[in-house]
Amino acid sequence: MLKTRIIPCLDVADGRVVKGVNFVDLIDAGDPVESARAYDLAGADELCFLDIHATHENRGTMYDLATRTAEQCFMPLTIGGGVRTTEDVRNLLLAGADKVSFNSAAVADPDVIARAADRFGSQCIVCAIDAKTTEWDADGAPTKWTIFTHGGRKAALDADGTPIDAVEFAKLIEAKGAGEILLTSMDRDGTRAGFNLAMTRTIADAVKIPVIASGGVGTLDHLVEGVTKGHASAVLAASIFHFGDYTIQEAKEYMASQGIPMRLN
Amino acid sequence: MLTALVDYDSGNLHSAHKAFERMANERGAGTIVVTSEADVVAKADRIVLPGDGAFPACKAHLFDRSGLFEAIEEAVTVKARPFMGICIGMQMMATRGHEYTQTAGFDWISGDVVKIAPSDATLKVPHMGWNDLMIDHPHAVLDGVETGDHAYFVHSYHFKVAKDTERLAHVDYAGDITAIVGRDTMIGFQFHPEKSQRAGLRIISNFLGWAP
Repeated sequence: MLKTRIIPCLDVADGRVVKGVNFVDLIDAGDPVESARAYDLAGADELCFLDIHATHENRGTMYDLATRTAEQCFMPLTIGGGVRTTEDVRNLLLAGADKVSFNSAAVADPDVIARAADRFGSQCIVCAIDAKTTEWDADGAPTKWTIFTHGGRKAALDADGTPIDAVEFAKLIEAKGAGEILLTSMDRDGTRAGFNLAMTRTIADAVKIPVIASGGVGTLDHLVEGVTKGHASAVLAASIFHFGDYTIQEAKEYMASQGIPMRLN
Repeated sequence: MLTALVDYDSGNLHSAHKAFERMANERGAGTIVVTSEADVVAKADRIVLPGDGAFPACKAHLFDRSGLFEAIEEAVTVKARPFMGICIGMQMMATRGHEYTQTAGFDWISGDVVKIAPSDATLKVPHMGWNDLMIDHPHAVLDGVETGDHAYFVHSYHFKVAKDTERLAHVDYAGDITAIVGRDTMIGFQFHPEKSQRAGLRIISNFLGWAP
């Protein structure tokens, strides 16, 4: 049986982990490769590096990180942040990434997903979608989610100036050949209030490809809800693991105790 | 001893290279070389065909390189050198692939590569993540790997093997998905040993020591 994945995400800037990672026994908590090794040993199912500055000058640093991580961690590694072209994908794959995540470039031009998937296969093309709830019905239930860029500050608009609907966009990039969606709720990110479950479930049910839930995890129950109520195939979290609130193993055992199939060995 | 990792412009070659290099160093199993050259493949003691991507494109890339496939085929089917296919490198061992269009495979292992269609419609395609292996037939390359061990999969098509004896392991995804195929000196993995942590590294190490 396929297991639900737990994916720790490391925000990287200038080759160092930002937001901080606070593990016991870690020699250098700021070094992404050290953190990756710690998560590998801890039983993480995949790793994600997000290049948060993603300037052109920083690219070389990211390639170097991918290479050094691939030399030491024999587990799947996704890299995102500032990926714009199929050439960026190729360079990251050659450096050691297994999957590459598009974000704003795919919003600006969804065909970039098709070009990358045709060349490298859907299995290595992830599309990150950052969205928040923008409409509610009279009872306060969310009814619409739209895409935001620039760290949630700027609404993404289509050619007609209309905010881009997250569900429609998810279906579009699936049709273009994305292999997976990394869905971050911008209204929950950093709040520790739990995933945006209605949005996660609506999108996960609308597409056939796996959806990774992201944004807002504060407790182990949030991870469980992401799967049971959000219908996510994987859950991504940063701070609850980085700061040592919970270990990966604790999270997996708890999720398993709630009936979710997890990889425990 | 020389192990050739065939580069045909497909997928995460770097990860496979690093994993094979690490295990070759650990067990003193010679040199790992990444190559697209037919004469290097012809000299190699072992051949690995890694890869990610769509069946027709991968096969076209492989056959674009003059003499490369012929060198692989001679090494495996005539000289009986150990061969490992990974993911699309395993699927191409089949008679036919049906991704986008029908494409002939190497026809080393009889069967067809078809779209995954789980009987439970809520299951996602690609089949992506960790699944637990069920070993159908023990094999030297699987020494130390047991039913219940997890491996990392990412694929939308799967290999329906014609002969039961040539399917060495499978996983369950609302239906059987072939995980490992093999006969004689050839073995193929649908999952990625280079991404499968302990079990994967064990398989790579066993392959480097395999003397069929």
